[in-house]
Amino acid sequence: MIEFRGVTKRFPDGTVAVDALDLAVEDGKITVFVGPSGCGKTTSLRMINRMVEPTGGTILIDGSDIMAGDAAQLRRGIGYVIQQSGLFPHRSILDNVATVPLLLGWGKRKARERATELMELVGLSPEMAQRYPAQLSGGQQQRVGVARALAADPPILLMDEPFSAVDPVVRENLQDELLRLQSELGKTIVFVTHDIDEAVKLGDKVAVFRTGGLLAQYDEPGHLLARPADDFVDGFVGRDRGYRGLGFLSANGLPVGELSTVGSGATGDQVREAARDGWTLVVSDAGHPLGWVQVGQALSGPVDTDALIAGGSLYDTEADSLRGALDAALSSPSGLGVAVDASGAVVGSVRAADVLAALATARRDEAAA
Amino acid sequence: MIDWSWFPTNAERLVPALGAHLLLALLPVVIGLIVAIPLGWVANRSRPARAVLVPVAGLLYTIPSLVLFILLPGILGTQILDPVNVVVALSVYTVALLVRSVADALAAVPGMVVAAATAMGYRPARRFAQVELPLSLPVLIAGLRVATVTNISLVSVGALIGIGGLGYFITDGFGRGNTTSIFAGVILIVVLALVFDALLVLIGRLVTPWVGVGGKAR
Repeated sequence: MIEFRGVTKRFPDGTVAVDALDLAVEDGKITVFVGPSGCGKTTSLRMINRMVEPTGGTILIDGSDIMAGDAAQLRRGIGYVIQQSGLFPHRSILDNVATVPLLLGWGKRKARERATELMELVGLSPEMAQRYPAQLSGGQQQRVGVARALAADPPILLMDEPFSAVDPVVRENLQDELLRLQSELGKTIVFVTHDIDEAVKLGDKVAVFRTGGLLAQYDEPGHLLARPADDFVDGFVGRDRGYRGLGFLSANGLPVGELSTVGSGATGDQVREAARDGWTLVVSDAGHPLGWVQVGQALSGPVDTDALIAGGSLYDTEADSLRGALDAALSSPSGLGVAVDASGAVVGSVRAADVLAALATARRDEAAA
Repeated sequence: MIDWSWFPTNAERLVPALGAHLLLALLPVVIGLIVAIPLGWVANRSRPARAVLVPVAGLLYTIPSLVLFILLPGILGTQILDPVNVVVALSVYTVALLVRSVADALAAVPGMVVAAATAMGYRPARRFAQVELPLSLPVLIAGLRVATVTNISLVSVGALIGIGGLGYFITDGFGRGNTTSIFAGVILIVVLALVFDALLVLIGRLVTPWVGVGGKAR
């Protein structure tokens, strides 16, 4: 566990970056520090590996004061991923990843073997081993940064706005990848970002900082969205928090209703017969949704799969939250969300009203608990 | 004008002079580099140190070489004809040139990379040797090229005090009105300068294979 006890950082010019911070980071979880610029989130992170030294209070890792030992030794035991990767431009990808094992005196061969494993773990192909960082895309560089931080298998990983410099699509991939890695590795991760959506997506716990280095709220992301501690957090969490909060509520127990479907070769008569409220869903042979047909469309011959009305998002009954279910219902042209199983085959429908009812139940249960 | 038969008859004087010229020019480059690296490091680290070191280096560089050649025996206690005077004088110029180069080269190393190295657990000395110094090589080699070419040309001034490598053929040629001798001295010095400049460019490419490989990034 990483514990901040009354930690203060006052810079020589008098600015207080972090003010009497008390916070405990749980083992094996992702804790996100988030806040506007100048809120002390990065300074707080950098105090953990003594890149910045606190001017007051103590930081404990598993009960021992980080200021007690040698700084370089401490840092070799803590993985660090920096903004824009901070890779060594003069070293091959493999040698970049092998950095900390080499510093720990593993020997070249063993360090490189380990680095090769790590490259595979983060999804980098082996032919990149001998390239230089400048020959990689931003997203690939970030993966190398993560591999390098993990090379010596440190229990703690510090990530300092690691994905801020890549484009949104790549960023989302990297975030998913991080969650996948974390489910395998179970590291204690402290992650700094200014992006509340990233914080809410990645964090098991989120610490919202306000300007002046004060902790505004430290909570699970679902709670943060449902019950912001004050106006600052409310404003920072941003718009649509009610909707986004649905992402943290399980869709277990949400009723899946019937859904009329026809095969892709259906005739006009079959469509008219199957339709409910004027709509039916056309599915492929494997049961995957292809699109909607509305009765009243010209239905002289068999269904033309090119002329279907595009469906909305799909609600995966095995993985999605209430947010996925509601979005499926709201985005469907027929008003009925399409529920699918893990293989993507249609299993039924979901209604917005049912999602709202499930939300009401979840609130009641929580109030009772 | 040029008496080509002069060359074979003077070959046994030309070759040793060429060797001496190189030694007098390149030894100071090595010495200067060794002295300039720590000074440049200090200048890069501390603002006040830079405010003193860089202007002082610039000032040293403005002292005419002949004056230095003549002053040094008094300062060092050497004989006026001792080659050490030339080596020391050129080392001073090299340091003067390279202190700034080293400081600029180190300043050009991305701060993010240095911070990452520190965060990985590098201690300062190893970080300097394995991260900062290699990354400063491109700028540093540019400085070394200037110093090397300058030294190769400055050695010939030493001929005025009797230690000048190939410069001897220039002063001697003037003394005797021998155009061929002047020509030989000048051409050989220019060729040496060009060869060593090219050599440094080549070495620079070999030791910085990562430079210019980009293209796919971002």
